Amino acid sequence: MHIVVVGLSHKTAPVEIREKLAVPESRLGEALNRLCGYSGIKEGMLLSTCNRVEVYAVVEELEAGYSRIQEFLADAHLSVSSEQLTPHLYWQTGDRAVAHLFRVACSLDSMVVGESQILGQVKDAFEMALTHKTTGLILNKVVKKAITVAKRVRTDTRIAETAVSVSYAAVELAKKIFSDLRDKTVLLVGAGEMAKLAARHFIASGVRHVRVTTRTPQHAVALADRFSGTAVPFEQFREEMAAADIVLVSTGAAHYLVGSDDVQRAVKQRMNRPMFLIDISVPRNIDPAVRHVDNAFLFDIDDLKFRVEQNRGGRLQEAEQAEHMVVEEVGAVRQWLKSLEVTPTIVALKSRVEDIKRAELEKALGRLTRLAPQERDLIEAMASSIVNKLIHNTMITLKSEVASADAAAFVEAARRFFNLAEVSSSEDLEIEAPTTRTNANKPG
Amino acid sequence: MAAVFFMVTMALYFAATVSFLALLVRRADALSTFSLTITAVGFATHTVALVTRMLTGPGASSPSIHEALSFFSWMLILVFLAVEFRHRLHVLGSFIVPLALVSLVSAAALPDTVPTLQPVFRTLWVHVTLSMLGTVGFAVAFVAGVMYLIQDGLLKSKRFNVLYSKLPALDFLDDLNQQSIVLGFPLLTLGIITGAISAEFARGSYVNWNPEQTWALVTWLFYFVVLVGRLTVGWRAKRAAYLTIIGFAGVVLTLIGVAIKSFGSVS
Repeated sequence: MHIVVVGLSHKTAPVEIREKLAVPESRLGEALNRLCGYSGIKEGMLLSTCNRVEVYAVVEELEAGYSRIQEFLADAHLSVSSEQLTPHLYWQTGDRAVAHLFRVACSLDSMVVGESQILGQVKDAFEMALTHKTTGLILNKVVKKAITVAKRVRTDTRIAETAVSVSYAAVELAKKIFSDLRDKTVLLVGAGEMAKLAARHFIASGVRHVRVTTRTPQHAVALADRFSGTAVPFEQFREEMAAADIVLVSTGAAHYLVGSDDVQRAVKQRMNRPMFLIDISVPRNIDPAVRHVDNAFLFDIDDLKFRVEQNRGGRLQEAEQAEHMVVEEVGAVRQWLKSLEVTPTIVALKSRVEDIKRAELEKALGRLTRLAPQERDLIEAMASSIVNKLIHNTMITLKSEVASADAAAFVEAARRFFNLAEVSSSEDLEIEAPTTRTNANKPG
Repeated sequence: MAAVFFMVTMALYFAATVSFLALLVRRADALSTFSLTITAVGFATHTVALVTRMLTGPGASSPSIHEALSFFSWMLILVFLAVEFRHRLHVLGSFIVPLALVSLVSAAALPDTVPTLQPVFRTLWVHVTLSMLGTVGFAVAFVAGVMYLIQDGLLKSKRFNVLYSKLPALDFLDDLNQQSIVLGFPLLTLGIITGAISAEFARGSYVNWNPEQTWALVTWLFYFVVLVGRLTVGWRAKRAAYLTIIGFAGVVLTLIGVAIKSFGSVS
């Protein structure tokens, strides 16, 4: 029984391949059933996003399992053959497969480290697998653990705290000027994509008053409708600026629309309440001299980009801490997986009953001091016989179920009935070290 | 007994100051918890020191400058802990705790004997307490002003460092500045009035225009103008920050004047 992951991601495959393999949500169920229809695949989960297509599975035999899954992936698209996929795929098993899932869920493997979407996608993939009953004891435990680890990483590290998009960086900066955005007014000048996105971020952060102005009045009205704000005539927006706490400018104009005098006047009208101006236009639409106006804070696209770069750097630092957490948690899963194996369970079972037998014998023989050696032997033999007969059927069942799909469940049950502790992680680690196949050493 | 607690408090405030200053440049949750804990423990020992001194003290009819400064320091920490509790603003400690330490060290350096001036009534307690509460207001306004100017500078120069991420929003600091003055000003006004009344009873004149009294009145007038300017013509934000820093310098000079006098009157 091996836990494996086979798949490709933005790190190993170009979008042309990824889009071919991606499974649309409507066909996920069918795909899952097809995956688990292959012989030797006990459990399966399919994670398909625009950045990765991965199959997590529990397989009976490693090599056979790998090739089944590769076949399954190639089946997704007519124009893709199994061989064509080989250079883009990665294969992992054991600890590495678990660690891979954890890193993916924690967004450590994402294009933008720390992004929050992937955790939701992992949850959805798991839900889908649960609905189609394609996961079992092992994947359920491991995926649930991955979700917990990802949550822990988000709360315990600052990996997702900072803005990594230009439009969101604007909101983050605004929060250093205004502590509460709810009663603030945003004036949107022009209808540039980035500015619209930023306006949307501001609204999501609580801003309730939006004013819009564009050169074409109809556009302004339409946009104002979309943000449930009000339209302002373009000719007047400079005079209206004092009413806005946040001014977002992004037009196609080739010259400065807002000068230092305009801002000076607005700040004065505002009785020196601070003002936040964001110029996302190229060429710039706000005179850079506005920087020297007191209580007005001007940021242009480069400032925002710089902030984003800084935040990315910060996230990578936090990622290191997250990696440590992943390693820790993988250790815990390894221990649990080990406890599901049949042989160590039989060993543990034997030693457990042996311990009980010895303890009870010592107690009894301690009281019966005047026994002849033969009598002692007889009592000991009887004790051995009782415990062996008691566990005999359990052992036979465990041994016979080694290869069955329910082996893990039987082991888990035996461990609970006989109160067997989980196996220590140091035990025969060397022998059971996870085998990994990568592109480099994959035969054929 | 009180002296022991006083020394322990000083040591704790010193440790808290060091760790709070380290917090300005370092990102570490453990460090902020540590700083806060030490400050809270220091505040507790400080409270014990003040209470035991009040109960077992020489029973003076008027407080010494030593006691006034110690009380000032205690109030500063109290205000910090209150704001911290409400807003989780660790970085405020990096500015207030050092100020409280300086005030406590000054208190330790000054004689804690009763001034030679013997007032007839216990109103001098009221005068000192009110003036010190007013001063705490101005001290917090000063700290908010300093933090405002730092954050304003960081935003203007686009230096997004650790301090930038720790300092709160500009308008929060501006509000803190305003509230502190709005609370501190009436308290200081009452403090000056009760002081004048005490003086009338003790010496027969409300004001005798000695340097520190004159300076106190100038300071009072200055804050009056700052407050009115703020509420009417929009002296807020950067200007308010500068003005409150200047005003607090006046307050400190007044206190130094009082301290020198009390020192002179003893030696």
